[in-house]
Amino acid sequence: MFPELNNLLNTTPEGAEQGKLTLLCDAKTDGSFLVHHFLSFYLKANCKVCFVALVQSFSHYNMVGQKLGVSLTTARERGQLVVLEGLKSAVDIFFRPQEEPHPLQFLREANAGDLQPLYAFVRDALEPVDCGEAAWRCPVLLVDDLSVLLSLGVGPVAVLDFVHYCRATVCREWKGNVVALVHDSGDAEDEESDVLLNGLSHQSHLILRAEGLATGFCKDVHGQLRILWRRPLQPTTPRDRSLTYQYKIQDKSVSFFAKGMSPAVL
Amino acid sequence: MAAAGTCGTGTRSTGSMVAAASTNNVTSFQRRGPRASGADSGCSRLVSIAGTRPSVRNGQLLVSTGLPALDQLLGGGLAVGTVLLIEEDKYNIYSPLLFKYFLAEGIVSGHALLVASAKEDPADILQKLPAPLIDDSYKKECDEDVCSHKMEPDIKMKIAWRYQLLPKMEAGPVSSSRFGHYYDISKRIPQELIETSKWHGFFLPEKISSAFNVESCSLTPGYMKLLQFIQNIIYKEGFDGSNPQKKQKNILRIGIQNLGSPLWGDDICCTENCDTSHSLTKFLYILRGLLRTSLSACIITMPTHLIQNKAVIARVTNLSDTVVGLESFIGSEKETNPLYKDYHGLIHIRQIPRLNNLIYDISDVKDLAFKLKKKLFTIESTSSRAHGRSSCGTMLRYPTAGHVESSQTRDQTLIPCISRQIRYRWTTREIPEYIFNYISGQV
Repeated sequence: MFPELNNLLNTTPEGAEQGKLTLLCDAKTDGSFLVHHFLSFYLKANCKVCFVALVQSFSHYNMVGQKLGVSLTTARERGQLVVLEGLKSAVDIFFRPQEEPHPLQFLREANAGDLQPLYAFVRDALEPVDCGEAAWRCPVLLVDDLSVLLSLGVGPVAVLDFVHYCRATVCREWKGNVVALVHDSGDAEDEESDVLLNGLSHQSHLILRAEGLATGFCKDVHGQLRILWRRPLQPTTPRDRSLTYQYKIQDKSVSFFAKGMSPAVL
Repeated sequence: MAAAGTCGTGTRSTGSMVAAASTNNVTSFQRRGPRASGADSGCSRLVSIAGTRPSVRNGQLLVSTGLPALDQLLGGGLAVGTVLLIEEDKYNIYSPLLFKYFLAEGIVSGHALLVASAKEDPADILQKLPAPLIDDSYKKECDEDVCSHKMEPDIKMKIAWRYQLLPKMEAGPVSSSRFGHYYDISKRIPQELIETSKWHGFFLPEKISSAFNVESCSLTPGYMKLLQFIQNIIYKEGFDGSNPQKKQKNILRIGIQNLGSPLWGDDICCTENCDTSHSLTKFLYILRGLLRTSLSACIITMPTHLIQNKAVIARVTNLSDTVVGLESFIGSEKETNPLYKDYHGLIHIRQIPRLNNLIYDISDVKDLAFKLKKKLFTIESTSSRAHGRSSCGTMLRYPTAGHVESSQTRDQTLIPCISRQIRYRWTTREIPEYIFNYISGQV
């Protein structure tokens, strides 16, 4: 986790909020550093994490996690972390048909299926088990990322349904958190992606949006992060709070600064 | 294992991208370098494979793309287990060259090849590969009966005469141990090299003519067959570690030509809303899954300029690791632009992956152009050319864009980065002349 981002979000691993849907969004840049942040954050917060890793292999997240101070293999062995490796599972289910329903069953179907098996996987992974030892703090579902599901033939409504089910179970019933990454296609006119993004933006409590700079590429400032706090289901809300920072990604951390205040400029 | 990663920066883990073998949950790819427990064994149980080298940044195993200039742009080479997507230029003149360089590099390095095409027979493609260039200062290491080149006569060195005393023949196997070679496009690759290489061909008309049972899956039959073929080769030849008896590990280089074109049975280049719109993206996803679990690297050329649906191009870019776009000047108004008079087109590095890392190799200049000379394909920076300097074929660490490639920046690639150039490339004597030229518009 990035300590500076924790300060901006006003959270600590000990006092993490519960029952929230956090939406990570990136436009014209790569927002995967946010996924690494939240993964290590919740592992340090002693939460039970179900990580649906559809984009990269497990070793990639593990290596970055080690730089951020968590060991994913240890967490997995302890039972704190359940990982669904999308790439490996896709190969398995595509070439060797499985009998029992596989979380990525929709890959074999011609028509866009629904994500029921995936939801069942998440539910089984995060179900609170009543056992004698100290349980984990709260269940967390982390998805990287939902736009890949659109590329694989799942409709945006099916993805929204999946997120809704997960929210109802994880956030409402088990008082956990859900974090998901979605790509904003920008001017690529991807209607499905817009539907998904708009739908999720209205449901989420916290939106972190990583954007590339409008002026193009810069070596010292890699992008801009907009943080938006929302309260979706309360009609009488004060105006949503929003903050904008610029960031630079380094080897082991990300440094944030106010707009125009990059250390390279000052 | 300590939770706090003690081996964070210093870890060189070749093949760490390669996940466990498919059959049992034991990974056959070991990490190279000091282990997390602190024991300084440092022994690499992974025998180093010819034609590869670990990346400086994160220990990733890299292979050369066949163009040393492109290797530098991509941060040292193409990482094993990743996909290099070449967005074809408009008339498909220059992208086959990059394709051939990749395959030729595989033959020279001794890697196995898998060539897939719907247009040309893979055997014909291999016949037309460029011949590797022999450096004059040292002889190419090869057996007498394999290599048909005549050995260069001993040239007496006048200045660096001490180097003449060094042994010239690099003792090594037939496959060259160098990383990245230069090729002569005007010559064909010697037949012996093709015959000694191990290659598998996938020619779509041959494979699709046989009766096949179409399992209802939203992949077009061509893609389905190709995936099965690739998976078969990877499994049988043991590139995914499923065959531990194999003594010598090797890299499989996969080349897929014109993916997405109508010849593959895909409508994505013909209509905007086609039935098989997810076929291509599904194919890329599963292909990447195959690559991540095996010792292979893949090059794909795709006619993205034909794809009607812009959203698909964005998705394809997100599903590939490294994306390089070629834009040739033929037929465009840039042909008459004086800045581009020496070049044949622009090359855009659209995406570089972040592998096992939060960062990647970033550089500063984005105005890269390529030129096809009689024998070589070179990549140069247009800004250095504008300054009147003759630019060399090899590049410094030139920058590559992350995702910041919009339609606007495509036209703005000519603006050179003045301040950076001046800071470390130019003496004070040359600055005034350049500034004068730039200000007066004679760029």
